[in-house]
Amino acid sequence: MFQDRYPLAFKLYPYEKSKDQDAPKAVRHPVVIVGGGPVGLATALDLGRQGIPALVLDDHEGIGMGSRAICFAKRTLDIANRYGCGAPMLEKGVVWNVGKVFQDDRQVFEFNLLPESGHRNPAFINLQQPYFEKFIFEKIRAEQDTGTPIEIRGKNRVDAVDVRQDHVVLTVATPDGPYDVEADWVIACDGASSPVRGMLDLGFEGRVFQDSFLIADIKMKSTDFPTERWFWFEPYFKSGASTLLHKQPDDVWRVDFQIGWDVDRAEEMKEENIRKRLDAMLGDDVDYEIVWSSIYTFQCRRMNKFRHGRVVFAGDAAHQVSPFGARGANSGIQDVDNLGWKLGLVIAGTAPENLLDTYDDERVFGADENILNSTRSTDFITPKSKASKGFRDAVLMLAEKYEFARPLVNSGRLSVPCTYDASRLNGPDHLPNGPDRTRVGSPCPDAPVAGGFLLDHLGTDFVLLAINTEAPEQIDIDGIKVRTVSVRTSDNPTGALAERYLGSEAQAVYLIRPDQHVTARGRVYTEDALRAALLKACGKD
Amino acid sequence: MAHLNTQPNLPSPDEFYADLLAAHEGLSDDESAALNNRLILLLANHIGRHDVLCDALGAAK
Ligand SMILES: Cc1cc2nc3c(=O)[nH]c(=O)nc-3n(C[C@H](O)[C@H](O)[C@H](O)COP(=O)(O)OP(=O)(O)OC[C@H]3O[C@@H](n4cnc5c(N)ncnc54)[C@H](O)[C@@H]3O)c2cc1C
Repeated sequence: MFQDRYPLAFKLYPYEKSKDQDAPKAVRHPVVIVGGGPVGLATALDLGRQGIPALVLDDHEGIGMGSRAICFAKRTLDIANRYGCGAPMLEKGVVWNVGKVFQDDRQVFEFNLLPESGHRNPAFINLQQPYFEKFIFEKIRAEQDTGTPIEIRGKNRVDAVDVRQDHVVLTVATPDGPYDVEADWVIACDGASSPVRGMLDLGFEGRVFQDSFLIADIKMKSTDFPTERWFWFEPYFKSGASTLLHKQPDDVWRVDFQIGWDVDRAEEMKEENIRKRLDAMLGDDVDYEIVWSSIYTFQCRRMNKFRHGRVVFAGDAAHQVSPFGARGANSGIQDVDNLGWKLGLVIAGTAPENLLDTYDDERVFGADENILNSTRSTDFITPKSKASKGFRDAVLMLAEKYEFARPLVNSGRLSVPCTYDASRLNGPDHLPNGPDRTRVGSPCPDAPVAGGFLLDHLGTDFVLLAINTEAPEQIDIDGIKVRTVSVRTSDNPTGALAERYLGSEAQAVYLIRPDQHVTARGRVYTEDALRAALLKACGKD
Repeated sequence: MAHLNTQPNLPSPDEFYADLLAAHEGLSDDESAALNNRLILLLANHIGRHDVLCDALGAAK
């Protein structure tokens, strides 16, 4: 009766009967997370580290096979660092900077991401999604060993949800039969086809693209392909209308062929047919093994609202983008980053419940930005009309010779975090000559500081960042702790800190949210200004 | 190319490109070509310099 829907890459949390199953009455938990994908696991880690008991229910016993996401962006790594699991990702991941764009048999141009210096993390790493999830999981295990209240139950499939006034009742299927569990809050991280969304009869609107892609992850036996991203439009080897080649750890390369809408999936998935495409591209003398392959179609869509009372949606369950630009998992992790501290304050009773509506505002805004960017990339990669194809060809032709056309070539705009310019949590920006990139609403950029990096000192609590000025060490406002971090630009000879946080100002104070977004800034610390900004940032004004 | 600027000069290239495609949405091939013709004439007039336009004609060939 309990069938796996997909094979596992790592079996991590085998089914064990929990005592909730024998309880005479459904047991109540503060938070139940449905789904143990990257987003669900990260949510558990965020909440658990705040001391909030988090129960994860997943219908499998570990991480699914097949890599899916491979590009993880700096912001994701910064968040993972905050959770204590960034280091192994960076160590295992492949760092790349050079990309090449081809059309037919000619190189159109080459680019270098030229990462800005003075950041702990690179702009991107390539890492197979199962590793990404496993590193989060391993951190959860390490936290559990020190008493962090996280529990993961494998082969626990949520089959029904019943939303009550101040809690939710979930019916969970297990190999030993069903049981009920209650939750004050449910976080639905159950993926793009979210059963919870279906059970609540909520919509998921957007665009489905009429195209499909064949992915093959191949292990090269003998090669020295460079660590670069190669993208072909209309490649001469005819293996797809476009093709992407990208390196992952373990000598594995991701190849993505755009194969069109009307394809016979079963036929295309036969190894011999996949090999035909690969051989045409790589030549006959390259020896490789296919480690994973899949055909996917894609859509750009989202729920109308991500919060429905006591049920909050995050990750693919809430929004789905096409893979161009690597915005799926990356944006899901930003959802967690945004939701974690807000839910923490609400559960602790130090912020009103409607603070959670700002999760909805901010992340719907983020989802729209991601959908817009990935839709544009999709329109460039798979032009839908003759006019569109005509402009695409013109851009590619001109880009070979003229630099102006290169920014128009769109083979995916890689994920960057959004700035919550219009958030109602934002306080004043009283730093008139401060840099634009650290304006109110921005995610804090990293910078070197004495003994390490700035981002290591920000986040998890509210932080008052005092630059070249004084502020009290720790302040408590209405039950919420604000921690002061004092830095001096004279300790940072590279000038990056001043450039990123002062502009032409001599000093500054920033109020920074637990998710490392700027919520107010000014020149000097005053208790009244801090109090007002903090209350606003917590939805208490 | 002494006169024509071939360095990136569009403030938001992706937005411009999306607007360009949107302008063509739903048009037949002939209608699209006609739209482009009008667009070129408008832009040429705005540029208003014969030397620049000659450079552009050369670059586009
Ligand atoms: C080909 C491809 C390439 C991609 N490349 C990238 C990339 O480079 N970068 C990037 O950031 N993103 C990329 N993505 C997107 C990325 O894979 C997803 O955004 C990400 O997996 C979403 O994570 P999630 O935790 O929200 O959902 P999922 O990973 O789908 O996890 C959902 C979990 O919920 C469980 N579940 C489902 N129903 C139930 C139930 N009823 N009860 C209990 N558990 C349940 C599932 O078993 C699963 O474990 C790519 C996607 C594809 C398809």
